[in-house]
Amino acid sequence: MQLDSLYQEVILDHYKRPQHKGLAATYDAQVHHVNPSCGDEITLNVALDGDKVVAITWDGVGCSISQASVSILSDLLLNKSVAEADLILNTFTELMQSKGTMVGDDAILEDAVAMAGVSKFPARIKCALLGWMAYKDAVVQAQAKL
Amino acid sequence: MAFDPREVRQDFPIFERTIRDGKRLVYLDSGATSQKPNSVIEAESNFYRRHNAAVHRGAHQLAEEATDAYEGARETVANFLGGSADEIIFTKSATESLNLLAYAFSNGGSDNRFNLTSADRIVVSEMEHHANLIPWQQLSRRSGAELAWFAVTPDGRLDLSTLAEIITPNTKVVALTHQSNVLGTVNPMAAIVARAHEVGAVVILDACQSVPHMPVNVKELDIDFLAFSGHKTVGPTGIGVLWGRAELLKDLPPFLFGGSMIESVTMTDAVWAPAPRRHEAGVPNMAQAVGLAAALDYLAAIGMAEIYEHEQKLGGYLLNRLQEVPELKLVGPLKMLDRGAVASFTLGEIHPHDLGQFLDSQGIAVRTGHHCAWPLTRKLGVQATTRASLYLYNDQQDIDVLIAGILGAQQYFGGK
Repeated sequence: MQLDSLYQEVILDHYKRPQHKGLAATYDAQVHHVNPSCGDEITLNVALDGDKVVAITWDGVGCSISQASVSILSDLLLNKSVAEADLILNTFTELMQSKGTMVGDDAILEDAVAMAGVSKFPARIKCALLGWMAYKDAVVQAQAKL
Repeated sequence: MAFDPREVRQDFPIFERTIRDGKRLVYLDSGATSQKPNSVIEAESNFYRRHNAAVHRGAHQLAEEATDAYEGARETVANFLGGSADEIIFTKSATESLNLLAYAFSNGGSDNRFNLTSADRIVVSEMEHHANLIPWQQLSRRSGAELAWFAVTPDGRLDLSTLAEIITPNTKVVALTHQSNVLGTVNPMAAIVARAHEVGAVVILDACQSVPHMPVNVKELDIDFLAFSGHKTVGPTGIGVLWGRAELLKDLPPFLFGGSMIESVTMTDAVWAPAPRRHEAGVPNMAQAVGLAAALDYLAAIGMAEIYEHEQKLGGYLLNRLQEVPELKLVGPLKMLDRGAVASFTLGEIHPHDLGQFLDSQGIAVRTGHHCAWPLTRKLGVQATTRASLYLYNDQQDIDVLIAGILGAQQYFGGK
């Protein structure tokens, strides 16, 4: 059934066993993002060492897609340079906006390719992007402090 | 006389289509917007086909016919609510109706009877839809008037134990929902209206969730203003209604300025037309007003008392079946007493968005989220809920399909 293309095993795994959930006490920037259409919320902390992302921690409430997506990114972008993370973020955003026409490059996106099915459900794209937009915002703020 | 919802469905062409690979459409989202019968779709398109012209202008036959149709619609709405035609203002939506009021109140200057100052109070409740909360928040900011509200009890009722402390002698405006779009609660207006009038406040009723579902009579309610939307009442989008007592409307300053709403204009000044035209600047949504009249005719032919009866029975069935589901928690009153046929609930660890997505895969349309009543959702201590709302075209089978869908979702998300 079409639903299975949305709820991939990887997504449900991350939802049930979220990575890097629980906010670290120290960070360079903290942001709080909300999806106003459904009320999903994510607080996300980022720490940088030079241009390297050394910590991403988060807390939040929301649907499996929004929570799995932030869990995936917190694993994927960790220990990358800001530039590498940007590339991944842009690749992921492009995949989300592809309306189901792209499968995603798993060499770049790793677990995040499981989100490809989300792009066929327009109402859920915002769920998938919530954590990523929070990360983007946090990194800009963290860099401004350096 | 009772009606058969399956026969009603034959009047609504949308039920001829299927959803997600051939599933029957089980539409349980009428609280967001209702489906439309053929008679409404035809009335709206016939206006464009046969009678289209700008109303209240032009010396030609089409303008005459258009004006007759539009003013006839006003008459139909007035009869439906138990008011008179010159008390009916057409807007684009109930949201606009409520904003019109809130802005008009602050548009009249210090000698206008609706003018508010920091000595006054505006009363709302925690169960308001954003459309009947934010306009009053903003009026409170503009005028300096204090915003106060009724709390919601854990069982989803207004806490009226403090009625006299909330509606204080300096209260000028009491704006409340008739029926909560989340809880289904129907508020007991008599006591509230009596207290409001005792202190000289006007009562504004957001009737978006009541007018489509039960007989509503503005005289019996003894209220001062009422707003409802066409699209929740089997009518078109783009049309809303504001009803106001004639003796209040005559002093209500305009909110929108422009064509049609004037008596005379010079380069430096203008004199307003009497209500309701004073409040309908510009060429109105004519085809939609005509479509709304067809909608109200459609509902009246079936009978609002019969529709209410149908929904009360079906709502009871819905509440009972939902309470059989393990881990399902209803918000709002658990029995069909002073409540409408809408049920919002949480389902254990399954997020409403995921549940809604699963139900959609079964052809079932529900609403998920905070339902434009975020302060209420917060008060209830839930992140979001799933809402099933019923109407005249729903039957027991729809509810059985919903229950099967919910159990299916538990298996899908629990077992995976």
